[in-house]
Order: sequence, then structure tokens, then C-alpha cells
Amino acid sequence: MTLTWYLVLAAILFTIGAVGVLVRRNAIVVFMCVELMLNSVNLTLVTFARATGTLDGQIMAFFVMVVAAAEVVVGLAIIMSIYRTRRSASVDDVNLLKY
Amino acid sequence: MDISPAQGLIAASWLLIALPLAGAAVLLLGGRRTDRWGHLLGTATVVLSFVLGLLCTVQLAGLDEGGRSVGVDLFTFISAGNLDVRAGLLFDPLSAAFVLLITGVGSLIHIYSIGYMAHDPGRRRFFAYLNLFVAAMLLLVLGSNFVMLYVGWEGVGLASYLLIAFWFTRPAAATAAKKAFIMNRVGDVGLALAIFLMFAQLGTVTYEGVFGSIGTLAGGTITAIGLLLLLGACGKSGQFPLQAWLPDAMEGPTPVSALIHAATMVTAGVYLIARSAPIYDQTETARFVVMAVGGVTLLIGAIAGCAQDDIKKVLAYSTVSQIGYMFLAVGLGPVGYVAGLAHLFAHGFFKAGLFLGAGSVMHAMNDSVDMRRFGALWNKMPVTFGTFALGYLALIGLIPFSGYWTKDAIIEATFDRGDVWGWLLGGAAVLGAGLTAFYMTRLMLMTFFGRSRWEDGVHPHESPKVMTVPMIVLAVGSVAAGFLLVEAFPLSNWMTPVFGEPSEGVHVIAPLTFGLAITVVALLGVALAWLFVGRREVPVTAPARVSPVTRAARHALYADAVNESLFMRPGQWLTRALVFFDNRGVDGAVNGMAAALGGSSSRLGRAQTGFVRTYALGMLGGAVIVAGALLAVTTG
Amino acid sequence: MTQHLGGGETVAFWVLGPICLAGALGMVFSRNAVHSALWLVQTMLCLGVFYVVQEAPFLGAVQIIVYTGAIMILFLFVLMLVGRDSSDSVVETLRGQRIAATVFGVGFAGLVGAGIARATRGLPVVGLPDAQGGNGNIPGIAELLFTKYLLAFEVTSALLITAAVGAMVLAHIEREPGSRQTQKELSRARFLTSDRPQTLPGPGVYARANSVAAPALLPDGGTAESSLATGIEPQEVEQMPRPTGRRELGSRDAALGTLDPAPLEGER
Repeated sequence: MTLTWYLVLAAILFTIGAVGVLVRRNAIVVFMCVELMLNSVNLTLVTFARATGTLDGQIMAFFVMVVAAAEVVVGLAIIMSIYRTRRSASVDDVNLLKY
Repeated sequence: MDISPAQGLIAASWLLIALPLAGAAVLLLGGRRTDRWGHLLGTATVVLSFVLGLLCTVQLAGLDEGGRSVGVDLFTFISAGNLDVRAGLLFDPLSAAFVLLITGVGSLIHIYSIGYMAHDPGRRRFFAYLNLFVAAMLLLVLGSNFVMLYVGWEGVGLASYLLIAFWFTRPAAATAAKKAFIMNRVGDVGLALAIFLMFAQLGTVTYEGVFGSIGTLAGGTITAIGLLLLLGACGKSGQFPLQAWLPDAMEGPTPVSALIHAATMVTAGVYLIARSAPIYDQTETARFVVMAVGGVTLLIGAIAGCAQDDIKKVLAYSTVSQIGYMFLAVGLGPVGYVAGLAHLFAHGFFKAGLFLGAGSVMHAMNDSVDMRRFGALWNKMPVTFGTFALGYLALIGLIPFSGYWTKDAIIEATFDRGDVWGWLLGGAAVLGAGLTAFYMTRLMLMTFFGRSRWEDGVHPHESPKVMTVPMIVLAVGSVAAGFLLVEAFPLSNWMTPVFGEPSEGVHVIAPLTFGLAITVVALLGVALAWLFVGRREVPVTAPARVSPVTRAARHALYADAVNESLFMRPGQWLTRALVFFDNRGVDGAVNGMAAALGGSSSRLGRAQTGFVRTYALGMLGGAVIVAGALLAVTTG
Repeated sequence: MTQHLGGGETVAFWVLGPICLAGALGMVFSRNAVHSALWLVQTMLCLGVFYVVQEAPFLGAVQIIVYTGAIMILFLFVLMLVGRDSSDSVVETLRGQRIAATVFGVGFAGLVGAGIARATRGLPVVGLPDAQGGNGNIPGIAELLFTKYLLAFEVTSALLITAAVGAMVLAHIEREPGSRQTQKELSRARFLTSDRPQTLPGPGVYARANSVAAPALLPDGGTAESSLATGIEPQEVEQMPRPTGRRELGSRDAALGTLDPAPLEGER
């Protein structure tokens, strides 16, 4: 097999994450799907690092992980505070930005 | 024409216009504060103008014949590129005569109006408008170029509109004023086009310039200018085909009818043609059209006047008819200008006097104009009856009163043409004279003689002195003016600097025979009137079953109907079509676009559902499209 | 430069790849949110292994420790607090959302996958030993991280501090002073209002019963229901399973459960 397969796998994982964001209503599950998308990108970066023979891809993946961690922290805090006021964790309930 | 510069009093002749204009301005701007003395100021300005005009004329008469065209240059009116129009006055015998007529008759009518409008709360406004009219009319006759004439032309049109609709709360008056103004407008287009043509072809609009170089133009152009000027004159003077507004203009107060629609404004057309004599001398065709218009109009006016029950309308149609005589005269060429002008001045006297008399009668009969409710007034209002009778005799042309001398000159000059048109138009003029005698006698019989057919509560009485004195003065003029102007101090001598030496035409019929024949025709008209009207009882209401001729005469030969069907209805349809197009088409497009935008924005707005997942779907869709496009571009 | 990878890697990929995919699909399609989290953990573990296989051992370790161990546990904590009970209903509220998502998803995967496949057909595998300068993966990363990407590193550390502070701010519940009763007030209230202010008796755990469900005994021999934790059914000691090896009465433990004194040594 070649490195292409890793990239195809990453693309499929990314797509599954994207579809999950569209289909799930629970805010935390949606968040998890976003995390899946980030992970698939990480895989792509690592694969290309190996392909080009430089470590820059791995450094980027590292930073992605760090930022994803920070993002998860803040995002979950937001979801929790929304849940406290609205008693609901469904993304369909935050629908005031409409015509 | 050689224009000599002004000296002495004539240099101040601009005051003739400025005085009434200042009077109008003071009275209009001063408002109700000037109500108590407004009428006196208005009369004073015109009287002062008359005195000044008289003195200027005396000075003019003192100059030798060669230098009797005096120019007064005032200021630059328009200076744009090649067009340089100066506001200047030309004081020559023609304009001097008109100045005297306007200010003289005007002063008398102003004095009369003090009494006539005494009970009207808008009297001050009336005098303001009258002053405005006098100022504009004086500018018309004194202007030294066609543009100044046009300014005065428009000014008198405006004043006429304001005065006809003086009692503007009356719908009939407002409609009549609009009709007058609009029909005047049609004529004004002709005058404006003539001035444009003059400027385009000759590069100048002054009388001096145009008359000097008119010979250089092609015949067709000169004829065009002549016909266009005639169109303007027809509009202002109420000649066929623009005559329908004059009888309706009787809605205005009687002094207005007397001054504007008898003596002065309606004669502006004759002045225009007389002043443009050098142009008409060059074109036989235009002269012929002028004559034809005059001939047709005098018959229309005379026929219509025979069947009217409104005393002012009879006099209005009579004016139309008499101005037809004047047009007939000035269309004859050099022999006719002076005759026409003589009739104009004489007519000014007796027609104004007749109108003032009619006003006096109306004043006595509670402002009624229906002659069928008059009768037996001759002993109740003797002064009015006397002056009216003198005017009547002058109008029908009985020797030795004014009308005989002047009308006779015109009809004689017409026959003297010698060709078939001369006989035809002359015959028409003679017929017109007979009809004039008929309808005027009918008027006299119905108004002053017979049994009284007064309504309840009407107590006829003589008018106050302020009204009767001007009538007496005008009656004197009616009697003497004709003889004075034609025989004693011939107008032709006075007008020589303008029209050249008077020529003695070849007489087709011997003058004495001619005079007798005219008188016989007039007496025939009087007799017929006594036969049909005087002998029988005058019915109080107009009979319904009458001959078609009478019915046609009552409707003024259906002029209004023709105007309506030819112009008004198509205009209305056009207006309605345009309104429809504007509402549906233009407004439809604009409103439709607005509605479409609003509707589409509402519908597009529904895409904003507020759900995050919908927006995410949109994002993913966009990403798919971008990826697809990228692939297509890189591979395809 | 080899294009084809070794056999071990191939096997690892073809085994773990489907598992990875299954985890992702399971995460998206499972009804229960906690199950979704666990499926995602499965995927992340597989990805960690992939990183190790791809000559990035440091990243693989960080993936498992940080991503799976910290971030997913954080997810689970919050799920426990917030989202456990709110399971998605099967019915989709937005019309056409699922169909459109499926279509777009399939389209996107197809496009991107096909595009990548075509573009990286002859992708060479350079390998990382040269880049690492012979020192290994971690020194290589450290060298890059603290020289070339130093600014990004510092900024990221600031980001982490901000995130932590932000989360504290967001999760903080502002209570009005005096809205929560202090310990002092609670105990004062207890002494003033209730009739048994003292601590309740603990359950009676005897040698014969190894359960907190055994009630304590009152002086008259009866059981004290208030000694049991709420929600637990009190059980008769006789019904409880006997300890093994103590079937006969008469043993030294026979006095257990009775009021008789224990027999002395040598006595029955």
C-alpha cells in the first residue's frame, strides 16, 4: 500500500465528522464530531510529514492538538453555561438568529 | 425707418409704462392696508400716464415728418451669443396713437370702475390688475423690437386671465379664464415661432432690423412669417378659428370687458399686423389669408350676435365682428392699414361706451344680464339710454356718426380691389353691416323699449355720476371720432411716417353712391329688427322651437362643439392614455420592482431559519462546490 | 525512496483502519451520547497507533495521553453533568437535512478522496531519519519547536492560560451573597427544627453479614430503620447469606445473633 491510503482514510473520517455535525442535535456530540475532523487533519499532516521528510508536519499536528484542547475546554464551558440557563443541550434550541 | 434718438420729454416715455406698473406693484404687495385708497392710486397712475402720453405726442407732432420715429434705449434685456435684445421703446405716430387710446379710454374706465366696483371687497385687487394690464399693453405698443412686443403680449394675456377670473370662486369665471388663456396660448405659439424664424433668418428682432432686411428672404419664408404672425393676432384678437374665448370672457366684470375685450387687448392683433406692414407688403398670400380671416370672422360674429339673450354676449360678438372688419382692412395692403386703424380707434370709443352702458344697466337690474328681463328702461335711466343710443348709432354706421366714416372706408377699399375676392368680401362686409344693424337694434328694443319685464324686487335707477361721466365722454367720442379721424384731421396724414403717403385708389363704385347704399342696408337691418322684435311681445323665456339657423346662431355656429371634438376630446383621450400608461406602465414597473424586491427578499429571508445545522449544511455544500470546481479546473 | 510500505505497516493499517472507521460511524449513529464518546475514544486510540506507525511516536503518545486521556474524559465529565439525559430523538426536525447531509457527505468524500488519490499517486516516502538528524524523534521535534516555532509555542501557551481562565469564568455561577446557607446556618437550622439533631446510627455490620443493608439493633432487639441508608431495603440477618464454613451452631460463633452469652472455652 502507499501513503495515499492514509490520506483517503483521513478524508473519509473528515467527511464522517462533517456529516455528524449536520445530523446530531446534542451539542456535545456535535463538538465531538468536530474533534474527529481535527483528528483526521492531524493524520493528514503526519502523513505528509513523512512524505516530505520534514518534521514540520508533526509540529503542526502538535499545535493542532494543543489548540483543540484549549478549544474543547472553552467550548464545553460554554455549553454548560447554556445548559444552565436554558435547560437544554440541543443545538436546535438556539435558533433566534433568524428572519 | 430711421430711428432718431430721444430728447426732451419723449426720453422719459418709459414712465408711461413704469407708472401703472408701480401702481400695480404697490397695490398687490401692499395688500389690505391699501384697500382704502387703492382705487384712487390706480386711477391716478393711469391718468398721469395719459397726461404724459399727451405731452409726448405733442412733442412728437412738433418734430418734422422725417424724424418722427423716436427711439428710447433703456437696458439690455437678453444678451446670449448672437442674440442681443435690448429693452427699448419706439415712439412713433402709430405707437403714440395707441398710447393715447389705451391711457385715455383706460383712465375713463378706471374712473367708472371706482363706482362700479364700490361694493366689491376686492376692489383694490381689481385696480392692481387693471394697472398691470395698462402697463403691459403700453409695453406692447411701445416696444422697439418683437421681443418687447412679446413681453407685453404675454403680460396682457396674464392680466386678461386674472381679470376674467376676478370672481374666481365662480366656476364659470374660472373656466372662462382658462379657456381664454389657453386659446391665447395657441396663438402665442405662432407669434413665438415667427420671432424665432426672424432671428434665425435675419439675425435680429428689432423692427428696424427686420423691416430693413425682410426683402432679402425667400418668398416662402416671408409668407410663413406673415402667417405665423397672423396666428398670434387671431389668438389675441379673437378671430376665426380662435374666436370662441371672447364671448366667454364676459364672465369678468364689465369694466374689464370694456377695456380689455373691446378697446385695447383685442386690438393688439391689429396693431401687430399694422406694425408688421413691411412684412405683409412683401407677401400677397399672407395678406389674402388675413383678409379671408377677417371676412369670415365678421360674418360669424354678426350671425351669432343675432340670437343671444345676454346683453354682454351680444356686445362681445359685435366686437368679434368689428375686429373682423379691421383685419379685413389691414389685409388689403397699404390702402387699408390706415382705414383699419381708424376703425380701431373709433371702435374703441363706441364699444367701450356701449359696454359701460351695459354695465350701468346691469348695475340697475341687480347684475342681471338677461335681456328678456329688461324693457322700458329708457325713462328710468335717461343718461345711460342717451349715451348707449349714441354708441349704437355709431356702431351701426349711420351718417354722421363715427361708424359710418370708418366702416365705409373699409368696405369701399375692399371693393376697390376690383377682383372677384374684392366683390365677395365686400359683399360679405355689406351683409355684416346689415346684420350689425339688426342685432344692435334688437338689443336696444329689448333693453330700453317695450313693456317692462322686470323680475320682482328690481328697481332700476340711474347710476352715480362717477359712472355716468365717463360714459358721456365716450359718447362724445363715439359721435365725433370717426369724422375727425377720417375727414377733419386725417389719420393717414398722421401715419405717413409709418405707412407712407396715402394713395387714392381707383374707385369701383362712386363714393357717394356707396355711402348711400351702406346707409340703406343699415336702415334695412333696423327695420327688420323692429319687425321681428319690436312689434311683438318679447317672450320672457327663450322659445325652444326655432329654425336651425337661429339654433346655430345661439350656439355661435357650433364653434365650441367643433373645438371640443377636434381638440378637447383627442386631448382628453391622450391624457387618459398617458395617465393609464403612467399608472400601469411606469408606476407598475417601479412599484412592481419594489414589490418584487420586497417579495423576493421575504422569500430569501426564509433561508435564515436560525438553525445552526442548516447553516452548517450550507457550509458543507459550499465546500463541496469549491472542491468540485477546483478539481474541474486542475484536471479539466 | 520507496513508494510501497512494508508488510507490517500494511497489516496494521488494514486491521486498524476499519476499526477506526467503525468507531467514527458508531460515534455518529449511536443514540446515547455516552456511547458516542466511547466510540470516539476507539477511533482516537487507533489514530494514536497510526501516528506511531508513521514514525511519529511522540505524537502518538501525546494523542493517547492528552487527546484520549484528557480531552475525551473531559467530554465524558461534561456529558455526565449536562447531556446524559438528552438523547436525540430519531425523528429529524429539519426537512431534508439527513438526505442533504448524506448526499453532500458522499459527494465530498468522493471528490476529495478521488482528488487526493489522483494527486498523490506517485507520492514518495522520504522517511524521517534524515530529518531527525540521527537523534530520534523527540529531540528532532524539540529542536524545531524551540527554534523555528518558538513564537507559536509561546503564543500557544498564552492561549492555554486564556482558555483555562475563560473556562473558569464561563463555568462560574455567580451567587448572591447570602443566597447559599453556610455550614453554621445549616447546623443551626437543624438544631432548631428537627427532633433528632444528632447523627444517625450507622448500619449494623456484623460478622455474619457483610453488608451495609444489615440494620443496627436497638436495645430491645429490634432493628433501627434509621440506621440504613435511604433507598436500601433492610434485610433480615437470617436471610442474608451465611458466611462460608460456619454452618453449625455450637461453634464459637454460635452466640452470634442471639442474646445468650458466648459459651466459655471448653463448653458447648
